[in-house]
Amino acid sequence: MENQLKYSQANEDSKLNITKVGPKTSLLFFRIISFFLVFLIWELAGRSDISIAFPPFSKVFLAFIEMILSGEFVEAYADSLPPLLIGLLITVVGGVIIGVSVGLVRSAEWFIMPLLIIFQTAPVSALIPMLTYIYGISDTSKIVAIVILGMPLVALNSYKGIQSTNPSLLEMSASFLASRTNTIIFVILPSAQKMIFAGLRLGISGAFIGIVLAELLITPTGIGDLITYNRFIARYDKMFATIVSILAIAGLTLSLMRVFEDWLFPKEKN
Amino acid sequence: MKKRSRSTEVILSTDSINVVYQESLIALQNVSLDIPAAKLTAILGPSGCGKTTLLKVIAGLIKPTSGSVKVRGKEIEGPGPDRALVFQDFALLPWATVLQNVGFGLRARGVPKKERDETSLHYIKEVGLLGFEDKYPHQLSGGMRQRTGLARALTINSDILLMDEPFSAVDEQMRRKLQEDLLNLLKVENKTVIFVTHSIEEAVYLADQVIILSGRPGSVAEIVYPKIDRTGEIDLIRRQPGYIDLVDEIWSSLKKYVE
Repeated sequence: MENQLKYSQANEDSKLNITKVGPKTSLLFFRIISFFLVFLIWELAGRSDISIAFPPFSKVFLAFIEMILSGEFVEAYADSLPPLLIGLLITVVGGVIIGVSVGLVRSAEWFIMPLLIIFQTAPVSALIPMLTYIYGISDTSKIVAIVILGMPLVALNSYKGIQSTNPSLLEMSASFLASRTNTIIFVILPSAQKMIFAGLRLGISGAFIGIVLAELLITPTGIGDLITYNRFIARYDKMFATIVSILAIAGLTLSLMRVFEDWLFPKEKN
Repeated sequence: MKKRSRSTEVILSTDSINVVYQESLIALQNVSLDIPAAKLTAILGPSGCGKTTLLKVIAGLIKPTSGSVKVRGKEIEGPGPDRALVFQDFALLPWATVLQNVGFGLRARGVPKKERDETSLHYIKEVGLLGFEDKYPHQLSGGMRQRTGLARALTINSDILLMDEPFSAVDEQMRRKLQEDLLNLLKVENKTVIFVTHSIEEAVYLADQVIILSGRPGSVAEIVYPKIDRTGEIDLIRRQPGYIDLVDEIWSSLKKYVE
Protein backbone atom coordinates (compact mmCIF):
# COMPACT_ATOMS: atom_id res chain seq x y z
CA MET A 1 0.00 0.00 0.00
CA GLU A 2 2.59 2.47 1.18
CA ASN A 3 4.71 1.57 -1.78
CA GLN A 4 1.98 2.13 -4.31
CA LEU A 5 1.47 5.52 -2.85
CA LYS A 6 5.12 6.29 -3.34
CA TYR A 7 5.07 5.11 -6.93
CA SER A 8 2.07 7.18 -7.80
CA GLN A 9 3.75 10.11 -6.18
CA ALA A 10 6.75 9.58 -8.39
CA ASN A 11 4.43 9.67 -11.37
CA GLU A 12 2.79 12.84 -10.17
CA ASP A 13 6.26 14.35 -9.91
CA SER A 14 7.06 13.55 -13.48
CA LYS A 15 3.75 14.98 -14.68
CA LEU A 16 4.46 18.16 -12.84
CA ASN A 17 7.79 18.42 -14.59
CA ILE A 18 6.13 18.37 -17.96
CA THR A 19 3.40 20.86 -17.22
CA LYS A 20 5.70 23.20 -15.33
CA VAL A 21 5.59 26.56 -17.07
CA GLY A 22 7.19 29.91 -16.54
CA PRO A 23 10.75 30.88 -15.79
CA LYS A 24 12.77 29.13 -13.13
CA THR A 25 13.14 32.30 -11.09
CA SER A 26 9.45 32.42 -10.19
CA LEU A 27 9.67 28.85 -8.92
CA LEU A 28 12.61 29.83 -6.72
CA PHE A 29 10.63 32.80 -5.49
CA PHE A 30 7.72 30.62 -4.40
CA ARG A 31 10.07 28.21 -2.68
CA ILE A 32 11.62 31.02 -0.67
CA ILE A 33 8.15 32.30 0.21
CA SER A 34 7.11 28.85 1.38
CA PHE A 35 10.21 28.54 3.60
CA PHE A 36 9.58 31.98 4.94
CA LEU A 37 5.97 31.08 5.81
CA VAL A 38 7.06 27.96 7.66
CA PHE A 39 9.62 29.94 9.66
CA LEU A 40 7.02 32.61 10.42
CA ILE A 41 4.49 30.09 11.72
CA TRP A 42 7.23 28.39 13.68
CA GLU A 43 8.24 31.71 15.23
CA LEU A 44 4.65 32.55 16.21
CA ALA A 45 3.99 29.07 17.56
CA GLY A 46 7.24 29.12 19.50
CA ARG A 47 6.40 32.43 21.15
CA SER A 48 2.91 31.31 22.16
CA ASP A 49 3.89 29.23 25.19
CA ILE A 50 3.02 25.84 23.72
CA SER A 51 5.81 24.25 25.63
CA ILE A 52 9.20 25.18 26.93
CA ALA A 53 10.55 22.39 24.76
CA PHE A 54 9.44 24.21 21.60
CA PRO A 55 11.57 27.32 21.12
CA PRO A 56 10.75 29.91 18.45
CA PHE A 57 12.60 29.91 15.16
CA SER A 58 14.74 32.92 16.01
CA LYS A 59 16.23 31.20 19.08
CA VAL A 60 16.93 28.06 17.07
CA PHE A 61 18.53 30.11 14.33
CA LEU A 62 20.84 31.82 16.82
CA ALA A 63 21.71 28.46 18.36
CA PHE A 64 22.45 27.17 14.87
CA ILE A 65 24.95 30.01 14.23
CA GLU A 66 26.45 29.51 17.67
CA MET A 67 26.97 25.79 17.09
CA ILE A 68 28.66 26.41 13.75
CA LEU A 69 31.02 28.95 15.29
CA SER A 70 31.79 26.90 18.41
CA GLY A 71 32.69 23.88 16.30
CA GLU A 72 30.04 21.64 17.86
CA PHE A 73 28.65 20.79 14.43
CA VAL A 74 32.10 20.18 13.00
CA GLU A 75 32.91 17.78 15.80
CA ALA A 76 29.59 15.94 15.57
CA TYR A 77 29.59 15.66 11.79
CA ALA A 78 33.19 14.46 11.80
CA ASP A 79 31.76 11.43 13.65
CA SER A 80 28.58 11.05 11.64
CA LEU A 81 29.51 11.89 8.07
CA PRO A 82 32.02 9.11 7.27
CA PRO A 83 29.64 6.23 8.12
CA LEU A 84 26.78 8.19 6.52
CA LEU A 85 28.67 8.58 3.25
CA ILE A 86 29.75 4.95 3.16
CA GLY A 87 26.21 3.86 4.01
CA LEU A 88 24.74 6.12 1.33
CA LEU A 89 27.15 4.79 -1.26
CA ILE A 90 26.24 1.18 -0.45
CA THR A 91 22.53 2.08 -0.39
CA VAL A 92 22.62 3.84 -3.75
CA VAL A 93 24.95 1.58 -5.71
CA GLY A 94 23.89 -1.69 -4.08
CA GLY A 95 20.20 -0.85 -4.19
CA VAL A 96 20.21 0.01 -7.87
CA ILE A 97 22.32 -3.01 -8.80
CA ILE A 98 20.14 -5.41 -6.81
CA GLY A 99 16.87 -3.87 -8.02
CA VAL A 100 17.90 -3.73 -11.65
CA SER A 101 19.34 -7.23 -11.76
CA VAL A 102 16.34 -8.75 -10.01
CA GLY A 103 14.13 -6.88 -12.48
CA LEU A 104 16.09 -8.20 -15.44
CA VAL A 105 16.62 -11.76 -14.26
CA ARG A 106 13.29 -13.30 -13.44
CA SER A 107 14.88 -16.28 -11.67
CA ALA A 108 16.41 -14.04 -9.01
CA GLU A 109 13.02 -12.64 -8.13
CA TRP A 110 11.74 -15.31 -5.76
CA PHE A 111 15.00 -15.33 -3.85
CA ILE A 112 15.51 -11.65 -3.12
CA MET A 113 12.05 -10.09 -3.18
CA PRO A 114 10.74 -11.57 0.08
CA LEU A 115 13.87 -10.33 1.90
CA LEU A 116 13.46 -6.82 0.54
CA ILE A 117 9.77 -6.69 1.37
CA ILE A 118 10.38 -7.94 4.91
CA PHE A 119 13.08 -5.33 5.49
CA GLN A 120 10.91 -2.63 4.04
CA THR A 121 7.89 -3.38 6.20
CA ALA A 122 9.60 -4.52 9.40
CA PRO A 123 9.76 -2.04 12.29
CA VAL A 124 13.47 -1.58 11.70
CA SER A 125 13.92 0.86 14.57
CA ALA A 126 13.11 -1.98 16.91
CA LEU A 127 15.78 -4.12 15.29
CA ILE A 128 18.52 -1.53 15.23
CA PRO A 129 19.58 -1.97 18.88
CA MET A 130 20.14 -5.65 18.04
CA LEU A 131 22.91 -4.58 15.68
CA THR A 132 24.99 -3.72 18.75
CA TYR A 133 25.13 -7.41 19.63
CA ILE A 134 26.64 -8.17 16.28
CA TYR A 135 28.81 -5.19 15.41
CA GLY A 136 29.24 -3.54 18.82
CA ILE A 137 29.33 0.21 19.22
CA SER A 138 31.01 0.99 15.94
CA ASP A 139 30.71 2.69 12.59
CA THR A 140 29.80 -0.68 11.12
CA SER A 141 26.59 -0.69 13.16
CA LYS A 142 25.72 2.75 11.80
CA ILE A 143 26.44 1.70 8.23
CA VAL A 144 24.33 -1.43 8.57
CA ALA A 145 21.47 0.62 10.03
CA ILE A 146 21.66 3.04 7.11
CA VAL A 147 21.71 0.27 4.53
CA ILE A 148 18.83 -1.61 6.15
CA LEU A 149 16.66 1.51 6.10
CA GLY A 150 17.65 2.84 2.72
CA MET A 151 18.52 -0.01 0.40
CA PRO A 152 15.18 -1.88 0.25
CA LEU A 153 13.49 1.31 -0.96
CA VAL A 154 16.06 1.82 -3.69
CA ALA A 155 16.04 -1.83 -4.73
CA LEU A 156 12.25 -2.21 -4.73
CA ASN A 157 11.67 0.93 -6.76
CA SER A 158 14.41 0.06 -9.24
CA TYR A 159 12.91 -3.41 -9.58
CA LYS A 160 9.42 -1.99 -10.13
CA GLY A 161 10.82 0.48 -12.64
CA ILE A 162 12.45 -2.28 -14.67
CA GLN A 163 9.35 -4.48 -14.46
CA SER A 164 7.03 -1.70 -15.58
CA THR A 165 8.72 -1.29 -18.96
CA ASN A 166 5.97 -1.04 -21.55
CA PRO A 167 5.73 -4.57 -23.07
CA SER A 168 4.94 -3.01 -26.43
CA LEU A 169 8.33 -1.24 -26.39
CA LEU A 170 10.00 -4.57 -25.63
CA GLU A 171 8.24 -6.16 -28.59
CA MET A 172 9.28 -3.22 -30.73
CA SER A 173 12.87 -3.65 -29.64
CA ALA A 174 12.78 -7.37 -30.37
CA SER A 175 11.16 -6.90 -33.77
CA PHE A 176 13.87 -4.41 -34.76
CA LEU A 177 16.45 -7.02 -33.80
CA ALA A 178 17.99 -5.16 -30.88
CA SER A 179 20.30 -7.33 -28.80
CA ARG A 180 19.51 -7.88 -25.12
CA THR A 181 22.23 -5.38 -24.17
CA ASN A 182 20.89 -2.76 -26.57
CA THR A 183 17.36 -3.34 -25.31
CA ILE A 184 18.53 -2.81 -21.74
CA ILE A 185 20.49 0.35 -22.60
CA PHE A 186 18.07 1.97 -25.05
CA VAL A 187 14.69 0.80 -23.76
CA ILE A 188 14.59 -0.72 -20.28
CA LEU A 189 16.90 1.57 -18.30
CA PRO A 190 15.58 4.88 -19.70
CA SER A 191 12.03 3.71 -19.07
CA ALA A 192 12.90 2.78 -15.47
CA GLN A 193 14.80 6.01 -14.89
CA LYS A 194 12.07 7.99 -13.13
CA MET A 195 11.18 5.14 -10.81
CA ILE A 196 14.84 4.39 -10.01
CA PHE A 197 15.48 8.00 -9.09
CA ALA A 198 12.27 8.19 -7.07
CA GLY A 199 13.58 5.15 -5.20
CA LEU A 200 16.95 6.82 -4.73
CA ARG A 201 15.34 9.88 -3.19
CA LEU A 202 13.31 7.70 -0.81
CA GLY A 203 16.39 5.60 -0.05
CA ILE A 204 18.49 8.65 0.74
CA SER A 205 15.81 9.90 3.12
CA GLY A 206 15.78 6.43 4.68
CA ALA A 207 19.55 6.52 5.04
CA PHE A 208 19.38 9.79 6.98
CA ILE A 209 16.75 8.31 9.27
CA GLY A 210 19.07 5.33 9.67
CA ILE A 211 22.08 7.32 10.81
CA VAL A 212 20.07 9.34 13.32
CA LEU A 213 18.33 6.24 14.68
CA ALA A 214 21.64 4.43 14.98
CA GLU A 215 23.22 7.29 16.85
CA LEU A 216 20.20 7.73 19.11
CA LEU A 217 19.71 4.05 19.85
CA ILE A 218 23.12 2.40 19.69
CA THR A 219 26.17 4.58 19.63
CA PRO A 220 25.89 7.88 21.47
CA THR A 221 28.17 9.77 19.12
CA GLY A 222 27.94 12.41 16.40
CA ILE A 223 24.71 14.23 15.64
CA GLY A 224 22.60 11.66 17.49
CA ASP A 225 24.57 12.38 20.62
CA LEU A 226 24.23 16.12 20.05
CA ILE A 227 20.44 15.71 19.96
CA THR A 228 20.31 13.47 23.05
CA TYR A 229 22.73 15.60 25.06
CA ASN A 230 20.98 18.90 24.36
CA ARG A 231 17.61 17.40 25.15
CA PHE A 232 19.07 16.06 28.40
CA ILE A 233 20.37 19.47 29.48
CA ALA A 234 17.17 21.14 28.22
CA ARG A 235 18.92 23.20 25.52
CA TYR A 236 15.99 22.69 23.17
CA ASP A 237 17.12 25.49 20.86
CA LYS A 238 20.35 23.58 20.22
CA MET A 239 18.49 20.30 19.86
CA PHE A 240 16.26 21.78 17.16
CA ALA A 241 19.22 23.46 15.51
CA THR A 242 20.84 20.03 15.19
CA ILE A 243 17.71 18.58 13.65
CA VAL A 244 17.55 21.50 11.22
CA SER A 245 21.17 20.88 10.26
CA ILE A 246 20.35 17.26 9.40
CA LEU A 247 17.36 18.39 7.34
CA ALA A 248 19.57 20.86 5.51
CA ILE A 249 22.17 18.23 4.68
CA ALA A 250 19.50 15.71 3.62
CA GLY A 251 17.92 18.38 1.43
CA LEU A 252 21.27 19.21 -0.11
CA THR A 253 21.97 15.55 -0.86
CA LEU A 254 18.55 15.17 -2.51
CA SER A 255 19.18 18.28 -4.62
CA LEU A 256 22.54 16.89 -5.69
CA MET A 257 20.75 13.71 -6.70
CA ARG A 258 18.36 15.78 -8.82
CA VAL A 259 21.32 17.51 -10.49
CA PHE A 260 22.91 14.12 -11.13
CA GLU A 261 19.68 12.83 -12.68
CA ASP A 262 19.41 15.86 -14.95
CA TRP A 263 23.01 15.41 -15.98
CA LEU A 264 22.57 11.71 -16.68
CA PHE A 265 19.20 12.07 -18.42
CA PRO A 266 18.90 15.59 -19.84
CA LYS A 267 15.36 16.93 -19.62
CA GLU A 268 13.29 17.09 -22.77
CA LYS A 269 13.64 20.46 -24.39
CA ASN A 270 10.69 22.76 -25.23
CA MET B 1 -17.95 -13.79 -54.60
CA LYS B 2 -15.15 -12.78 -56.89
CA LYS B 3 -12.50 -15.31 -56.19
CA ARG B 4 -9.59 -15.88 -58.42
CA SER B 5 -6.14 -17.21 -57.97
CA ARG B 6 -3.29 -14.94 -58.79
CA SER B 7 -0.09 -15.94 -60.36
CA THR B 8 2.21 -13.62 -58.50
CA GLU B 9 5.25 -14.65 -56.52
CA VAL B 10 4.50 -15.76 -52.96
CA ILE B 11 6.89 -13.99 -50.62
CA LEU B 12 5.55 -15.23 -47.29
CA SER B 13 3.48 -18.23 -46.37
CA THR B 14 2.12 -19.76 -43.23
CA ASP B 15 1.59 -23.46 -42.91
CA SER B 16 -1.18 -24.74 -40.62
CA ILE B 17 -0.44 -22.41 -37.74
CA ASN B 18 -2.00 -23.25 -34.41
CA VAL B 19 -1.62 -21.05 -31.38
CA VAL B 20 -2.90 -22.35 -28.08
CA TYR B 21 -2.71 -20.30 -24.90
CA GLN B 22 -2.64 -21.95 -21.49
CA GLU B 23 -3.31 -25.39 -22.95
CA SER B 24 -6.98 -24.70 -23.62
CA LEU B 25 -7.57 -21.30 -25.17
CA ILE B 26 -7.18 -21.72 -28.91
CA ALA B 27 -6.28 -18.40 -30.51
CA LEU B 28 -5.52 -19.59 -34.03
CA GLN B 29 -6.51 -22.82 -35.69
CA ASN B 30 -4.94 -24.25 -38.77
CA VAL B 31 -4.10 -20.99 -40.52
CA SER B 32 -2.45 -21.50 -43.89
CA LEU B 33 -1.88 -18.44 -46.04
CA ASP B 34 0.04 -17.31 -49.08
CA ILE B 35 1.04 -13.68 -49.18
CA PRO B 36 1.79 -12.32 -52.66
CA ALA B 37 4.85 -10.13 -53.08
CA ALA B 38 4.49 -6.37 -53.58
CA LYS B 39 0.79 -6.49 -52.72
CA LEU B 40 -1.30 -5.29 -49.82
CA THR B 41 -2.89 -8.04 -47.80
CA ALA B 42 -5.45 -7.21 -45.13
CA ILE B 43 -6.24 -9.51 -42.24
CA LEU B 44 -9.83 -8.79 -41.27
CA GLY B 45 -11.95 -10.25 -38.54
CA PRO B 46 -14.08 -9.62 -35.46
CA SER B 47 -12.31 -8.43 -32.33
CA GLY B 48 -10.66 -11.22 -30.36
CA CYS B 49 -10.36 -13.48 -33.40
CA GLY B 50 -6.58 -13.62 -33.23
CA LYS B 51 -5.73 -11.10 -35.98
CA THR B 52 -2.98 -9.49 -33.97
CA THR B 53 -1.76 -12.87 -32.76
CA LEU B 54 -1.44 -13.98 -36.38
CA LEU B 55 0.53 -10.86 -37.26
CA LYS B 56 2.83 -11.36 -34.29
CA VAL B 57 3.39 -14.97 -35.30
CA ILE B 58 4.35 -13.74 -38.76
CA ALA B 59 6.59 -11.10 -37.15
CA GLY B 60 8.29 -13.84 -35.15
CA LEU B 61 7.31 -12.33 -31.80
CA ILE B 62 5.01 -15.23 -30.89
CA LYS B 63 6.06 -18.82 -31.46
CA PRO B 64 3.15 -20.85 -32.82
CA THR B 65 2.23 -23.97 -30.90
CA SER B 66 2.52 -25.82 -34.19
CA GLY B 67 2.95 -24.89 -37.82
CA SER B 68 5.49 -22.64 -39.48
CA VAL B 69 6.00 -19.31 -41.21
CA LYS B 70 8.18 -19.20 -44.29
CA VAL B 71 9.69 -16.17 -45.96
CA ARG B 72 10.75 -16.97 -49.53
CA GLY B 73 10.52 -20.63 -48.64
CA LYS B 74 12.78 -20.37 -45.60
CA GLU B 75 11.29 -21.04 -42.20
CA ILE B 76 11.62 -18.13 -39.76
CA GLU B 77 13.14 -18.53 -36.30
CA GLY B 78 12.00 -15.20 -34.90
CA PRO B 79 12.04 -11.55 -35.88
CA GLY B 80 14.18 -10.96 -38.97
CA PRO B 81 15.56 -8.22 -41.19
CA ASP B 82 13.05 -9.14 -43.90
CA ARG B 83 10.07 -7.99 -41.84
CA ALA B 84 9.41 -4.60 -40.21
CA LEU B 85 6.58 -3.94 -37.81
CA VAL B 86 4.30 -0.93 -37.34
CA PHE B 87 2.51 -0.96 -34.01
CA GLN B 88 -1.07 -0.19 -33.09
CA ASP B 89 0.03 1.88 -30.08
CA PHE B 90 2.97 3.33 -32.08
CA ALA B 91 5.53 1.90 -29.59
CA LEU B 92 7.65 5.03 -29.64
CA LEU B 93 10.26 5.71 -26.98
CA PRO B 94 8.77 8.67 -25.08
CA TRP B 95 12.19 10.02 -24.09
CA ALA B 96 13.56 9.98 -27.63
CA THR B 97 13.05 12.48 -30.45
CA VAL B 98 11.40 11.60 -33.75
CA LEU B 99 14.87 11.31 -35.31
CA GLN B 100 16.07 8.97 -32.56
CA ASN B 101 12.89 6.92 -32.70
CA VAL B 102 13.04 6.54 -36.45
CA GLY B 103 16.71 5.56 -36.20
CA PHE B 104 16.07 2.89 -33.55
CA GLY B 105 16.20 -0.08 -35.91
CA LEU B 106 19.41 1.17 -37.49
CA ARG B 107 20.95 1.87 -34.10
CA ALA B 108 20.12 -1.65 -32.96
CA ARG B 109 21.95 -2.82 -36.06
CA GLY B 110 25.03 -0.80 -35.18
CA VAL B 111 24.75 1.67 -38.08
CA PRO B 112 27.00 4.69 -37.36
CA LYS B 113 25.25 7.90 -36.31
CA LYS B 114 25.90 9.93 -39.46
CA GLU B 115 24.55 7.31 -41.81
CA ARG B 116 21.72 6.52 -39.40
CA ASP B 117 20.58 10.16 -39.28
CA GLU B 118 20.81 10.49 -43.06
CA THR B 119 18.64 7.43 -43.67
CA SER B 120 16.22 8.44 -40.91
CA LEU B 121 15.83 11.95 -42.31
CA HIS B 122 15.16 10.53 -45.75
CA TYR B 123 12.21 8.52 -44.46
CA ILE B 124 11.05 11.27 -42.11
CA LYS B 125 10.75 13.37 -45.24
CA GLU B 126 9.01 10.57 -47.09
CA VAL B 127 6.28 10.20 -44.47
CA GLY B 128 5.84 13.97 -44.36
CA LEU B 129 7.38 14.72 -40.98
CA LEU B 130 10.24 16.95 -42.05
CA GLY B 131 10.67 19.74 -39.52
CA PHE B 132 9.49 17.56 -36.66
CA GLU B 133 12.61 15.44 -36.29
CA ASP B 134 13.59 17.05 -32.98
CA LYS B 135 10.15 16.79 -31.42
CA TYR B 136 9.25 14.25 -28.74
CA PRO B 137 6.31 11.87 -29.16
CA HIS B 138 4.19 13.70 -26.58
CA GLN B 139 4.44 16.82 -28.71
CA LEU B 140 2.98 15.04 -31.74
CA SER B 141 -0.57 14.22 -32.77
CA GLY B 142 -1.66 10.60 -33.12
CA GLY B 143 -1.26 10.73 -36.86
CA MET B 144 2.26 12.11 -36.62
CA ARG B 145 3.19 9.45 -34.10
CA GLN B 146 2.07 6.75 -36.48
CA ARG B 147 4.02 8.39 -39.30
CA THR B 148 7.05 8.19 -37.03
CA GLY B 149 6.35 4.50 -36.48
CA LEU B 150 6.01 4.00 -40.21
CA ALA B 151 9.25 5.85 -40.95
CA ARG B 152 11.04 3.67 -38.38
CA ALA B 153 9.77 0.55 -40.12
CA LEU B 154 10.88 1.86 -43.51
CA THR B 155 14.46 2.67 -42.46
CA ILE B 156 15.52 -0.93 -42.13
CA ASN B 157 14.58 -1.51 -45.76
CA SER B 158 12.83 -4.82 -45.33
CA ASP B 159 10.64 -6.17 -48.09
CA ILE B 160 7.70 -6.94 -45.86
CA LEU B 161 5.87 -4.35 -43.82
CA LEU B 162 3.65 -5.69 -41.04
CA MET B 163 1.10 -3.26 -39.67
CA ASP B 164 -1.00 -3.99 -36.61
CA GLU B 165 -4.20 -1.91 -36.83
CA PRO B 166 -1.98 1.00 -37.80
CA PHE B 167 -4.71 3.59 -38.12
CA SER B 168 -7.09 2.54 -35.36
CA ALA B 169 -5.72 4.92 -32.73
CA VAL B 170 -6.29 8.07 -34.81
CA ASP B 171 -9.48 9.89 -35.69
CA GLU B 172 -11.48 9.26 -38.85
CA GLN B 173 -10.15 12.15 -40.92
CA MET B 174 -6.57 11.42 -39.98
CA ARG B 175 -7.19 7.76 -40.78
CA ARG B 176 -8.29 8.64 -44.32
CA LYS B 177 -5.28 10.88 -44.78
CA LEU B 178 -2.90 8.21 -43.53
CA GLN B 179 -4.51 5.60 -45.80
CA GLU B 180 -4.08 7.82 -48.82
CA ASP B 181 -0.51 8.57 -47.86
CA LEU B 182 0.20 4.88 -47.44
CA LEU B 183 -1.07 4.16 -50.95
CA ASN B 184 1.03 7.01 -52.35
CA LEU B 185 4.05 5.80 -50.43
CA LEU B 186 3.68 2.29 -51.77
CA LYS B 187 3.83 3.65 -55.30
CA VAL B 188 7.39 4.73 -54.44
CA GLU B 189 8.41 1.92 -52.14
CA ASN B 190 8.08 -1.56 -53.48
CA LYS B 191 6.83 -3.33 -50.36
CA THR B 192 4.71 -6.26 -49.43
CA VAL B 193 2.28 -5.05 -46.79
CA ILE B 194 0.32 -7.20 -44.40
CA PHE B 195 -1.98 -5.20 -42.20
CA VAL B 196 -4.47 -6.10 -39.56
CA THR B 197 -7.71 -4.18 -39.41
CA HIS B 198 -11.22 -4.44 -38.06
CA SER B 199 -12.53 -1.99 -40.65
CA ILE B 200 -14.10 -3.60 -43.72
CA GLU B 201 -13.92 -0.29 -45.62
CA GLU B 202 -10.23 0.04 -44.85
CA ALA B 203 -9.54 -3.51 -45.98
CA VAL B 204 -11.40 -3.09 -49.29
CA TYR B 205 -9.98 0.37 -49.86
CA LEU B 206 -6.36 -0.60 -49.34
CA ALA B 207 -5.92 -4.29 -49.94
CA ASP B 208 -5.36 -6.48 -52.98
CA GLN B 209 -6.16 -9.52 -50.88
CA VAL B 210 -8.44 -9.61 -47.86
CA ILE B 211 -8.14 -12.55 -45.50
CA ILE B 212 -11.25 -12.92 -43.39
CA LEU B 213 -10.78 -14.69 -40.10
CA SER B 214 -13.67 -16.32 -38.29
CA GLY B 215 -14.38 -15.67 -34.64
CA ARG B 216 -12.54 -17.48 -31.86
CA PRO B 217 -10.72 -19.71 -32.52
CA GLY B 218 -9.42 -17.74 -35.46
CA SER B 219 -9.25 -19.63 -38.71
CA VAL B 220 -9.40 -18.52 -42.32
CA ALA B 221 -13.05 -18.14 -43.23
CA GLU B 222 -12.64 -16.66 -46.66
CA ILE B 223 -10.18 -14.89 -48.92
CA VAL B 224 -11.41 -12.04 -51.08
CA TYR B 225 -9.56 -10.21 -53.84
CA PRO B 226 -10.98 -6.71 -54.27
CA LYS B 227 -10.74 -5.74 -57.91
CA ILE B 228 -10.14 -2.11 -57.25
CA ASP B 229 -8.18 -0.04 -59.68
CA ARG B 230 -5.62 1.93 -57.69
CA THR B 231 -3.58 3.20 -60.59
CA GLY B 232 -5.48 6.45 -61.02
CA GLU B 233 -6.54 9.14 -58.60
CA ILE B 234 -6.76 7.91 -55.04
CA ASP B 235 -9.91 9.94 -54.46
CA LEU B 236 -11.72 7.87 -57.04
CA ILE B 237 -11.19 4.52 -55.33
CA ARG B 238 -14.22 4.82 -53.09
CA ARG B 239 -16.41 5.75 -56.07
CA GLN B 240 -15.72 2.61 -58.01
CA PRO B 241 -18.81 0.43 -58.46
CA GLY B 242 -17.19 -2.64 -56.93
CA TYR B 243 -16.23 -0.87 -53.73
CA ILE B 244 -19.56 -0.62 -51.88
CA ASP B 245 -20.76 -3.99 -53.16
CA LEU B 246 -17.69 -5.71 -51.81
CA VAL B 247 -17.95 -3.96 -48.46
CA ASP B 248 -21.54 -5.24 -48.17
CA GLU B 249 -20.56 -8.69 -49.30
CA ILE B 250 -17.80 -8.97 -46.73
CA TRP B 251 -20.05 -7.63 -44.01
CA SER B 252 -22.70 -10.25 -44.71
CA SER B 253 -20.17 -13.04 -44.49
CA LEU B 254 -18.49 -11.55 -41.42
CA LYS B 255 -21.72 -10.83 -39.58
CA LYS B 256 -22.20 -14.33 -38.27
CA TYR B 257 -18.90 -14.20 -36.36
CA VAL B 258 -19.67 -10.93 -34.60
CA GLU B 259 -21.32 -11.54 -31.27
